Amino acid sequence: MSKQRYVLRLADTSLILAQRLGEWIGHAPALEEDLGLANTALDLLGQARLLLTYAGELEGLGRDADALAFLRSEAEFCNLQLAEQPNGDFGNTLVRQFLIDAFQLELYEGLLQSGDARLAEIAAQVLRETRYHFRYSSGWVIRLGDGTDESHARVQAALDRLWPFTREFFDADEIDTQMCTAGVAPDLSTVQRGWSARVGAALSEATLERPQDTPFAWYGKRGQHSEHLGHLLAELQYMQRAYPGASW
Amino acid sequence: MKPEKPDWPLYEVFIRPRGGLDHKHAGSLHATDAQMALEHARDLYTRRLEGVSIWVVRAMDIVASDPSDADALFEPARDKVYRHPTFYKIPDEVETL
Repeated sequence: MSKQRYVLRLADTSLILAQRLGEWIGHAPALEEDLGLANTALDLLGQARLLLTYAGELEGLGRDADALAFLRSEAEFCNLQLAEQPNGDFGNTLVRQFLIDAFQLELYEGLLQSGDARLAEIAAQVLRETRYHFRYSSGWVIRLGDGTDESHARVQAALDRLWPFTREFFDADEIDTQMCTAGVAPDLSTVQRGWSARVGAALSEATLERPQDTPFAWYGKRGQHSEHLGHLLAELQYMQRAYPGASW
Repeated sequence: MKPEKPDWPLYEVFIRPRGGLDHKHAGSLHATDAQMALEHARDLYTRRLEGVSIWVVRAMDIVASDPSDADALFEPARDKVYRHPTFYKIPDEVETL
């Protein structure tokens, strides 16, 4: 059961982040960025679908990806809290994306070696997409950080605001530990080292200051969420809640 | 409020559909530099597996012929049909030419 929970965490982070990115459609600063963000959102949604389907199978209660996405309540979602944080300005969105992309890169790199064949297979697909996501988001963080005074100040502020949420990535709880011991998931301290180096290199190129690590107080992966997730789910789930079973 | 139009240079995009084929003009886009232009080209013009290789070039770096010169440039070729290799007899054994 803890494997089901673990897969659900991976799925939810991708799903919620996809929904957030989708909010940019029609609002991005340039048509080209509109499509770039939408492509990334669709990639994440595709990943969420693979993972939710697998989580549903592991659960064995007959719930498919749609049921898990549209018919769970807030406390049943176990995405990282960073994923649900509001978009803010373009820079804030890209900083959030950058921090999560770097994490997913390292995490799925580790999952390639997973003893769970299905997860390893999913990881291979996710990685192909995530390498591009990171290239896109880190490119923007560097441009904006090393850009004008205003862009620098904005992304630095975003980084300071979002950095504390990254502690949750690496704070292993009993499920992470169990999965690591079982050879299903990589060791989070290894993931952290890779992430830290990757993020650090981009930040120094972006002339951004790496924020201090602060004590950890967020447990999105345990179902504890900020006030933002409920609103996001209201939009995500409205159609299925209002018209149960509707399809087209 | 209407957002200001980004003051980004225009790039022309060329896509090679498969190995062995030529890059063909696919369209144009705005980007701040060549790297971003490549990424935008990937996002805009290869969403449906259109290609295996991308070229981007700043539109202002392309030197184009002036349409009003068309008479001088292209008309003289019109009556020189002998430049087409259409007067040769093709042996039946040659199948693909």
